[in-house]
Amino acid sequence: MQYVNAFWVGGLICAIAQVLIDKTKLTPARILVLFVVTGTVLGGLGLYDPLVRFAGAGASIPIVGFGNVLAQGVIKGVQEHGILGILTGGAEAAAGGITASIVFGFLAALIFKPKVKS
Amino acid sequence: MQYNQQEYQKYLEKKSPNSPLLKNVLFAFVIGGAICTIGQAVTDFYQTIAGLEESTARTAASITMIFFGALLTGMDVYCKIGKYAGAGTLVPITGFANSIVSPAMEFKKEGLVLGLASKMFVIAGPVLVYGITASVGVGIIYYIIRFIGG
Amino acid sequence: MEKRHGRQTVGFQGDVRICAYASVAGQKEKEGPLGECFDIVMPDAEWNEETWEKTESKMQKEVLKAALRKAELKSEDLHYILAGDLLNQCIGAGFGLREMEVPFLGIYGACSTMIEGLSLGAMLIDGGFAEYAAAVTSSHFCTAERQYRMPLEYGGQRTPTAQWTVTGAGAVILAKQGAGPKVTHITTGKIMDMGVKDANNMGGAMAPAAFDTLCAHFRDLGRGPADYDLILTGDLGVIGREILIEMMEKEGYDISKNYQDCGCMIYDREKVDVHAGGSGCGCVASVLCGRILEGLRQKEWKKVLVIGTGAMLSTTSSLQGESVPGIAHAAVLSAE
Repeated sequence: MQYVNAFWVGGLICAIAQVLIDKTKLTPARILVLFVVTGTVLGGLGLYDPLVRFAGAGASIPIVGFGNVLAQGVIKGVQEHGILGILTGGAEAAAGGITASIVFGFLAALIFKPKVKS
Repeated sequence: MQYNQQEYQKYLEKKSPNSPLLKNVLFAFVIGGAICTIGQAVTDFYQTIAGLEESTARTAASITMIFFGALLTGMDVYCKIGKYAGAGTLVPITGFANSIVSPAMEFKKEGLVLGLASKMFVIAGPVLVYGITASVGVGIIYYIIRFIGG
Repeated sequence: MEKRHGRQTVGFQGDVRICAYASVAGQKEKEGPLGECFDIVMPDAEWNEETWEKTESKMQKEVLKAALRKAELKSEDLHYILAGDLLNQCIGAGFGLREMEVPFLGIYGACSTMIEGLSLGAMLIDGGFAEYAAAVTSSHFCTAERQYRMPLEYGGQRTPTAQWTVTGAGAVILAKQGAGPKVTHITTGKIMDMGVKDANNMGGAMAPAAFDTLCAHFRDLGRGPADYDLILTGDLGVIGREILIEMMEKEGYDISKNYQDCGCMIYDREKVDVHAGGSGCGCVASVLCGRILEGLRQKEWKKVLVIGTGAMLSTTSSLQGESVPGIAHAAVLSAE
């Protein structure tokens, strides 16, 4: 059942990050970097795609999945364009996410004002 | 002084309460899991109803989640969930959107170019720098293996 | 009689008085146990200004104006203003007080700035260099947060040792004689660095500085905790406060009965989520000017030792892996 797997795998990835935040001196920013690089390496080794097939969004929505997209993209890029693909493949595959982040981020920042936490 | 530096740091660590690990991990698990489940529902929607093929549906779902992450950040909701969820809202792609929108909003007052735009990636920038650099590394290795393998 | 006592303490021979004082506080502070004590409560975090930095400048200006009103003085009666805040290059004070047209000495002592200003002002008065001098400081949650930590809308979690920057300001007007609480002694602290690197545990980083200054004060004057009705630190918070009590006890001083911390007093920690308590320049400033000086005026306490505590870190030093040095300055206030 895809939904159950998505829930517990996605939850587990977040839980691991939480343990790292609370138990080590790693800051959230460092953990995100660690996760995205881990995703890229696992993706390059072909180990992450099976997890995506098993857990669906539970593996693709966490930032680790973003690393996997980059790795898959660069492999496809090398297959199609040879040496140039090393530089174009990763960003090409991630282009949608990056552009969406920039555009939605820009619009949201234009429209909304930060509020004081209470 | 009663303590030297090392002794004081040890003493301070003992006096400082730890984060409530069990509670934090539980919240991170449940909320992170819930966000991924919503992501799965969105993927399924794109696949079955919009008829996209699987990998395109996944990209579309990620973009949709980024949209909602940005929207909830703007509406002052994301940080309120994040207070409880911790890594549960940090690690999903919605957290990536949050880390882009929040500084952009915050520094809008310093101008649209040098404030909003230039501060947009102060938190998320490292993810792109190291993610893309790592992917180039993967590409080089893959290229060499292919070259040797013929 | 010598003005200097021991290594770090100065005693004033003349009559140095705090002839007026005023405080500004935000909404969250108003909801706290001291909510009724503040002179001006801001309607919201913006206070009709475009940016939070402008709001903080307005806090400095308004708090000084309120103190001048209470003293029935005009700004031209002041010979000096000593002011500072937490913002880079102290823009809260610099911009807020620019239209006062008073000789201005900008100061920085992190969250100890209020007591640093009060100390220097008292010396100017006692030295005969001024009739009236003002000490002003402020902090604002939003300006501090964006400078030192994360954007407001960022979905991060705070550690239990983190403290909440007080939105508040305080001003005192020091005068040569007259009515109002008297400043009798000051003890100027040394920078104390115990190598604490966690910028989210400032109480812990500052407690050794408070300890050092408090011991120096007792040693220099041959006094002890019993000489004071109230010993007050600025913003050690729950953790720093406990450490200070324990360290003083080990040194043979029992301060547990008459010691309080402004960071622990200003919020109701049961009701609002401020973790280890309040912090910031405005913490000791608003509590001192809102509650303590009024208590002295009404003879609720006769003698109060107030210690401003500061963490001398910056975002640059934190990123470069430096520790958090602490500073603490003490002043003796008397109701006589």
